[in-house]
Amino acid sequence: MSLVVENVWKEYGDQTVLERLNFEVPTGEFCALVGPSGCGKTTFLRMLLAMEQPTRGKILLDGKPLPEEPGPDRGIVFQRYSVFPHLTVLENVMLGLEFERSPLVTRFFGAERRRAMGEARSCIASVGLEHAIEKYPAELSGGMQQRLAIAQTLVRRPKILLLDEPFGALDPGTKAQMHDLLLKLWQEEGMTVFMITHDLSEGFHLATRVLSFDKVRRDPQAPNAYGATIVYDLPLDDKEQRKPIIERWRHQLAERQSQFVRAGI
Amino acid sequence: MTRRLINRHPSAGSALILGALPFILLALAYVFFSATRLADNPDDKLLPAVSQMVDTAVRMATQPDQRSGNVLLWADTYASLKRLFLGLSVSTLVALVAGVAIGLVPYVRAWVAPVVGVISLVPPMAILPILFITFGLDELSKVMLIIIGITPFMIRDMAARVAEMPSELLIKAQTLGASTWQIVTRVIVPQILPRLFDSLRLQLGTAWLFLISAEAIAATEGLGYRIFLVRRYLAMDVILPYVAWITLLAFLMDFGLRKLNTTAFPWLTRRAG
Ligand SMILES: Nc1ncnc2c1ncn2[C@@H]1O[C@H](COP(=O)(O)OP(=O)(O)OP(=O)(O)O)[C@@H](O)[C@H]1O
Ligand SMILES: [Mg+2]
Repeated sequence: MSLVVENVWKEYGDQTVLERLNFEVPTGEFCALVGPSGCGKTTFLRMLLAMEQPTRGKILLDGKPLPEEPGPDRGIVFQRYSVFPHLTVLENVMLGLEFERSPLVTRFFGAERRRAMGEARSCIASVGLEHAIEKYPAELSGGMQQRLAIAQTLVRRPKILLLDEPFGALDPGTKAQMHDLLLKLWQEEGMTVFMITHDLSEGFHLATRVLSFDKVRRDPQAPNAYGATIVYDLPLDDKEQRKPIIERWRHQLAERQSQFVRAGI
Repeated sequence: MTRRLINRHPSAGSALILGALPFILLALAYVFFSATRLADNPDDKLLPAVSQMVDTAVRMATQPDQRSGNVLLWADTYASLKRLFLGLSVSTLVALVAGVAIGLVPYVRAWVAPVVGVISLVPPMAILPILFITFGLDELSKVMLIIIGITPFMIRDMAARVAEMPSELLIKAQTLGASTWQIVTRVIVPQILPRLFDSLRLQLGTAWLFLISAEAIAATEGLGYRIFLVRRYLAMDVILPYVAWITLLAFLMDFGLRKLNTTAFPWLTRRAG
């Protein structure tokens, strides 16, 4: 899904958190969001989820206004509390399928159950958790829990994947593994990804575009008067993976243009 | 190197002895004072000898009463437990439904939470006469007293537990496509059930209090009724075994609920290791 952010502001009372956000993200782009702590990166993700509404401006998904509540087109991996503690690894991943296909009892039986279990198992295997399928989240390490959170999110095949410092608590080895995994899944699924990170090298390694948030205006008397905005928007054009994304985007823009022309605008 | 007091732990054996000590001391004190009083006055009723209490307890538990033909201890226990279980079941069910609704649905919270808050402050014993007047002197008013006595607190407890669940989990469920009903049945209720049983456990004492109070005032059988009936004859040999029996029943319920929580919800206790 492509995203358009038009002059978006977010204010809490008299505190301005974000201001004058203006950018477009084509389908399939991998955006890394960086910036100092407290500058509003999580707030921006929360607006994409529709947990929060912008106080000014608008956000468009594929040209339509953002839905007013969270939905299966936008998946999220939080830094904490991302998985359900009362369900095993398998049940956590199955849950998304049950929500989708069994609206009333939210459980599968018989052949349907076997099919869903197969799907969930292959999703779990893709994050390397097949040996822990019967374990509860509390029995998993931090890295395993994040892998579970990713598998659980991906089973619904979201068009947009939001990640809030997903690997902040991991050791370098596990982190590298998770990077490979994430890049592979992103390539396979063609999702648009927004990932918050405090690790610049991680951002540049994974993303096709880095968005850097910070305050440009400061009032020492009123530190809350001005919010953060995007100070650097860095497309990483030398990356191979970005070329098809841009190619497709150009194509879409050209098509939109010709529609306007045909409509006589 | 001496450790701080807070870092010194008794071994399993000494913990057992320490725990048993107060019971042994209480029993010894009772036997001693009972013996001295009985030596002064063999007809003393206040602290009957242990042997006499055992005799009375055995009689109450095995021989039918001349007047009613019932074996009193069991008839009383059955009557009391029936009221208690009825009251506790209704309270638990109402607390679950109302608590989840209040904790999860903003409209229900705005509508119901204030009235529940106020009702929970009404002292239930003060409205016991009203209950007797509206529901009559038989079973219903006693069960109602238990329900009115514990339900508002359980509702508030449940609502607070639901509301304090990390909002991330609710958002997460929605991004997986869950409806409100699916969130309730698959995310909220399974996680809140152990809290419900905990809440019930904490209310057991209160429920017993209301049961015995209601039975003391108007009943024809029941554990509380019996205690208050024989009080007129200073029959401590009946009262003390009954109190011990009630305590045992309360302990077993508490123990059962605790066991239920650890066996029915393995995710609560399992940890990485
Ligand atoms: N619900 C809220 N009410 C009031 N202020 C809020 C609320 N949520 C966030 N804020 C404020 O918005 C600012 C940005 O918070 P946010 O969590 O988005 O920062 P962040 O960039 O994600 O920081 P970090 O890198 O530390 O996670 C903070 O100053 C915070 O106090
Ligand atoms: Mg944050």
